[in-house]
Amino acid sequence: MNLAARATQPRVALFITCLVDQFFPQMGECLVQVLRRLGVEVTFNPAQTCCGQPAFNTGYRREAREVAARLLDLFDDADYVVAPSGSCTAMVRVFYPELFANDPERLRKVERLRSRFLEFSEFLVKVLEVEDVGASFPHRVAYHDSCHLLRELRVETEPRRLIRAVRGVELLELGDHQLCCGFGGTFSVKFPEVSVALGEEKLRAVAASGAEYVVANDAGCLMHLAGVIHRQGLPLRTMHLAELLAKRE
Amino acid sequence: MRPAPSLEMGKTRIQSGQIHERARQVLADAHLQEAYRSSTLRLYTHRLQAISELPGFERLRERAYALKREVMEHLDYYLAQFAENAERRGGHIHWAATAAEACAVVREIAEGAGAREIVKAKTMVSEEIGLNRALEAAGVRPFETDLGEFIVQLSGEGPAHIVAPAMHMTRHDVSKLFVTHIHSEPTDVPEELTAIARRVLREKFARAGLGLSGANFAVAETGTIVLVENEGNIRFSTTAPRVHVALVGIEKLIPRLADLAVFLRLLGRSGTGQKLTVYTSLLTGPRRPGEDGPEELHVVLVDNGRVATLADSKMREVLYCIRCGGCLNACPVYRKIGGHAYGWVYSGPIGALITPQLLGLESARELPFASSLCAVCRDVCPVKINIPDLLLQLRSQAQEQVRAPREKGALVSERTLMRLWAWAMKRPWAYSLGSRLARLGQRLIAREGWIRRLALYPLSGWTEGRDLPALAPKTFRERWKEMGKQ
Repeated sequence: MNLAARATQPRVALFITCLVDQFFPQMGECLVQVLRRLGVEVTFNPAQTCCGQPAFNTGYRREAREVAARLLDLFDDADYVVAPSGSCTAMVRVFYPELFANDPERLRKVERLRSRFLEFSEFLVKVLEVEDVGASFPHRVAYHDSCHLLRELRVETEPRRLIRAVRGVELLELGDHQLCCGFGGTFSVKFPEVSVALGEEKLRAVAASGAEYVVANDAGCLMHLAGVIHRQGLPLRTMHLAELLAKRE
Repeated sequence: MRPAPSLEMGKTRIQSGQIHERARQVLADAHLQEAYRSSTLRLYTHRLQAISELPGFERLRERAYALKREVMEHLDYYLAQFAENAERRGGHIHWAATAAEACAVVREIAEGAGAREIVKAKTMVSEEIGLNRALEAAGVRPFETDLGEFIVQLSGEGPAHIVAPAMHMTRHDVSKLFVTHIHSEPTDVPEELTAIARRVLREKFARAGLGLSGANFAVAETGTIVLVENEGNIRFSTTAPRVHVALVGIEKLIPRLADLAVFLRLLGRSGTGQKLTVYTSLLTGPRRPGEDGPEELHVVLVDNGRVATLADSKMREVLYCIRCGGCLNACPVYRKIGGHAYGWVYSGPIGALITPQLLGLESARELPFASSLCAVCRDVCPVKINIPDLLLQLRSQAQEQVRAPREKGALVSERTLMRLWAWAMKRPWAYSLGSRLARLGQRLIAREGWIRRLALYPLSGWTEGRDLPALAPKTFRERWKEMGKQ
């Protein structure tokens, strides 16, 4: 359907995760490009920083709470908040309620925000009800389910539907039971030996699928996999779903 | 044969850093990697197949969760009911608050029975309390009769897996072990290896004055001990010797006999992909005329840290575990590092929860962090334990209660690092300043957009086995200003 022609498109406040902001701004730019093509009005509040997940996952809840509280205040009046990350979205939707369990006022803010805070692919398919964003990319790609997106948010078909609608693309499934890539936030530096071994295993599955690109919706997984690829000189490339959907090759 | 790790059962502290050391050893051993990979994958896919054939599996899991919750909320009531009913049927009930007490009880029962040799069914609680060592010290010889346990007893190791103790060994390893320890002819044929073990064990079964088992479930309503197995050694252990002892962790209680219809359907499928295990034995009191069974039945109800776990309303969920091993088979970390790296008897995601609960968090501080939090464990758990959430809970407790050793290559402690981080994240100007300083700093170390080696923690950990992309020349927020309004 022609979304640009729809009378009112929802307004979207971007949550650009700290990894995307610092390491991969092009992922954020592609996200903006795709949303604008679909006629969505996009805003970005530069007062935002991080969702607090690194502290939360490492057990520093007080620090996480302080950082998370800022995010709640910043996005309190947005129609929708869209993030290029399943992990940060899961942090807000799944873990904020736990983080603020003893703070009724903030918990109300969390409840207000939860239904409006969406991961990128989820927003496109569930809210905009779009699958074909007009992209084309004549390559073989494998989609890696990032764990928080898959198992905390249960977003599994949406990214695949979006990828299949890209002209020329061949979507290949990894035969590894949607295994973790080994990133795991601070796990990646606390258990680097295991983290890298799992990354290697994921990339073996990607190579076995015949894909040239591994696509995912989380900068964390992609940074980890790209790091292993670069260290070992593997003939594979990583790509965020937003980058793929912005392609017009 | 690889050197056996000197895993001490019954110990009370895991050495800091040993998980990394063991993990690296296992990761570097292609033979072990293949043993773990193929076994876990086989069990995992069998499970998938089995549950796909049982409609309503999800409802069963919910029912199991509700039942375990009911038991844990009223454990005092169900324990008393169990003890009363077991005694009414002629069983003897013993209470053991600690590992040492539990060992002492078994030793006294063995002495009372005049037993110098004990045949043991597979029991994780006996591993947990260090029973074999305690018995040997008292001159009583314990013989493991579960094939996997028999193997790891010979090799001097602890169990590598909750349900498959010798998962880390191939049949070639087992053959070599048998040749060394029981002087059998080398053979790679599993049936022949089993026959060798069987021949050795028959003799033990015939002679032993006491049989010892654990329990998969203890039914409060009837005072029944329920044991599931595939080899028949448990049934043999409970029937051949005159006296039987069941070591039962107090979390094994279920309310009614009818509840077995829930748990048995979940246990076999989740653990090995079996609809039911080959044998399911129900022991209610000692034998009555015309029946099989021991003349004397003892049940040792073991606390050993469980009551303390029960006191924590959140961590209590750990006690719901029915020891199917399903989360180990599914866990990407377990598959890579194997069971022994976890340092104690329980391994995998559930082990990372049980061990700090039973030994104390200060004795196993690193375990809750040994997970990527991918949550596949929660999805396979037959009793729906929210394992990743509990790991997060324990991480938080660890940071609050137990001082962490300084990470290698860290200028300041992790806590200070996190405080600084939170301070900057609350102040966009500090965040931007930090990012500008980092960009200046990386000019010294980044080459063609990548950083290959950095000695400073946490980036030292990152660059150990993979490269780090350099920070982008401009952040998104800087580029946003240039992107123009729509």
